[in-house]
Amino acid sequence: MSTYAQKKGFGATVWDYLTTVDHKKIAILYLIAGGLFFVLGGLEAMFIRIQLAVPNNDFVSAGLYNEILTMHGTTMIFLAAMPLLFGFMNAIMPLQIGARDVAFPFVNALGFWLFFFGGIFLNLSWFLGGAPDAGWTSYASLSMASEGHGIDFYALGLQISGAGTLMGGINFLVTIINMRAPGMTYMRMPLFTWSTFVASALILFAFPPLTVGLFLLIFDRMFGSNFFDVANGGNTVIWEHLFWIFGHPEVYILVLPAFGIFSEIFATFSRKRLFGYSSMVFATVLIGFLGFMVWAHHMFTTGLGPIANAIFAVATMAIAVPTGIKIFNWLFTMWGGSIKFTTPMLYAVAFIPSFVGGGVTGVMLASAAADYQYHDSYFVVAHFHYVIVGGVVFGLLAATHFYWPKMFGTMLNETLGKITFWLFLIGFHLTFFIQHFLGLMGMPRRIFTFLPNQGLDAGNLISTIGAFFMAIATLILLINIVITSVKNQKVGNDPWEDGRTLEWAIPSPPPFYNFKQLPLVRGLDPLWIEKMEGKKGMTPAEPLGDIHMPNNSFNPFMISLGLFVAAFGALYREDYNWGVLVLIVGMGITLLSMFVRSVKDDHGFHIHKEDLLNDDDKGGKA
Amino acid sequence: MHVEDKFTAETWPAAPEKQTLEGKNKFLGFWLFLGGETVLFASLFATYLALKDKVPNAEHALAKDLFELPIVFVATMLLLTSSLTSVYAMYHMKNFNFKKMQLWLGLTVLLGFAFLLLEIYEFNHYVHEYHHTFTSSAFGSAFYTLVGFHGGHVAFGLLWIVTLMVRNAKRGLDLYNAPKFYVASLYWHFIDVVWVFIFTVVYLMGMVG
Repeated sequence: MSTYAQKKGFGATVWDYLTTVDHKKIAILYLIAGGLFFVLGGLEAMFIRIQLAVPNNDFVSAGLYNEILTMHGTTMIFLAAMPLLFGFMNAIMPLQIGARDVAFPFVNALGFWLFFFGGIFLNLSWFLGGAPDAGWTSYASLSMASEGHGIDFYALGLQISGAGTLMGGINFLVTIINMRAPGMTYMRMPLFTWSTFVASALILFAFPPLTVGLFLLIFDRMFGSNFFDVANGGNTVIWEHLFWIFGHPEVYILVLPAFGIFSEIFATFSRKRLFGYSSMVFATVLIGFLGFMVWAHHMFTTGLGPIANAIFAVATMAIAVPTGIKIFNWLFTMWGGSIKFTTPMLYAVAFIPSFVGGGVTGVMLASAAADYQYHDSYFVVAHFHYVIVGGVVFGLLAATHFYWPKMFGTMLNETLGKITFWLFLIGFHLTFFIQHFLGLMGMPRRIFTFLPNQGLDAGNLISTIGAFFMAIATLILLINIVITSVKNQKVGNDPWEDGRTLEWAIPSPPPFYNFKQLPLVRGLDPLWIEKMEGKKGMTPAEPLGDIHMPNNSFNPFMISLGLFVAAFGALYREDYNWGVLVLIVGMGITLLSMFVRSVKDDHGFHIHKEDLLNDDDKGGKA
Repeated sequence: MHVEDKFTAETWPAAPEKQTLEGKNKFLGFWLFLGGETVLFASLFATYLALKDKVPNAEHALAKDLFELPIVFVATMLLLTSSLTSVYAMYHMKNFNFKKMQLWLGLTVLLGFAFLLLEIYEFNHYVHEYHHTFTSSAFGSAFYTLVGFHGGHVAFGLLWIVTLMVRNAKRGLDLYNAPKFYVASLYWHFIDVVWVFIFTVVYLMGMVG
């Protein structure tokens, strides 16, 4: 096998991506799929805002509105935000710790295809009798009453894509624990790696309760069990608990990697070491831990009683402490730094006040007594959009600009990037700031229309105008991506010139084996240390030798396809005779593919030293 | 050391499951996976405890009517013994004694299979004698889901171990399959531990009412 990248036809490229186990290519797949779902979820958001632009609007019907609203939330959380973060984790984390790939390249591919098929399955509901309509939380009392197959698509689709996410989490954990380069101790790991580590641990412990909750829902709706059927002894609050035991850590699964991305950006463009590195690590771990202790704050009005509400209220407010530590550390990183306002840095700077806004309303909502007033109002909608858009989406947009050159070898246009930033920032605050007040004035969540002259008209119109700003900003970003890809001006190892961590020591994009020789890490911000001593790059930690690489495989695609087919069988089992057969065939495809994977010898291959020596133009020197 | 190296009993390393990077990763990754599985079963236990004896009317059988100690005791003994036999199998794996490892793994599979048959008999008994089914009550749904998830894990474990045994029957032991055998036995122990909790929480606590 040659180490040279060869010019390939279109078919060969597609096949390459269908079978790839390379973390950098899987990252690109996550980015493409996550980006598509992001656009889809964004369109759904636009439909919501158009419907609510004026009172008594009939742009969509009440039933369709419920479907759009449900799919907006579900798509954005499970199919856009998480996969996009997984894309950056996959692309960057192994490079940051000086690894040649993740611990389980095969499982990495499997995780992607499971997510992808789960997402496609969920969205096919639009064409097969209607989408889920019980909200992204899909409370059992609503979802059991929902007719048609919408909720079934929700439960089965999320089950498949959730399995993929769990695999990804385990994979990242093992990679970070076992595959760090010589000298890369835990307390020298970049903050993005740290936050990937903590977020992966949260995935490991948060996703199984969702798996169980979804199974109960699947069993109740498709196989006649009675978990949520009160008449037969069931209890719908079980779903609420299981969902939020997953759902609250999920928020931190999303936002911690974004914190990590911002930490990298602040240090890079302040051209200063991150302030309070150890306290940053401590705060990240503490947020992860506390994230499991607060789920019932979503259920203050369920009626768990004052003792439970008080405990969960105090635990929730405690999270403000480590988050505050982080905010101040970012501010102090910039303090006295030599700041460059690049596009990623603009997002980072704007993120601080935006996210703090969401944090403040979070503490307000955490007061259980006051929450009875805010609950299920637009105040809550404003709160979580400030956290998720102001935190996670800003982080994703920043990372897109910041890591684009490392992933694709070309820089996104800075002027267009800044236009996107300003439009998005203005649009975001225009859309969501006013929603705080709409909520306080009594506008409930999830309503499909409202009456005129109740003090809600102007606020809703402003909110809709803001949404269009964000849509235009996203369009300009897409145009930017097309323009840069067409121009394709290649850049070197360190296109931002101030890179501090290992990923900036190798070519953009890196060769498929990442590091020709594993680098020797001598401290925090290893590349910066070498630069300060006047060296061009990293000192290698090993002599040049053969590199062991895994083989490509079509198997992950087949395993996931089997579950996709089986899900249709489970869904239509009671409607059609062929349902059971399809269920069995699907499971058969999956089990057979797993069997083939187990039985076949797959030792991978070696890149020989001689080929690496000839590979100088591709670089890859440590 | 490399996955494709040939070994003798003398050169076989002390911890063959952790000699290669792949092996180390598998070892750690599987422990983490078991951490996730623990949360999965914890959620199922919580659901079961919330729905225990929750039935629509007084005609339905409750836990104290259903469970009988002898059959559950035999099932427990079968599964606990199968954990012991898998320990012996790993002992021989570490000593590079492939044949004895296969023998003890075979015994493990037989015991696991016997456990599964007993469980099927037990479920069948509840369904036909007490009309306690998956769909009859919330209690029934929770019971069959918790115990059934465990049973499903046993069935998957049996398939897994048999596949490993057949696949490597002619190949013998090497550093490529040693970690595979090792994590399969870890999985088997985990199933056993879950059963200890089911025995206590479902059956013993069920019989005292």
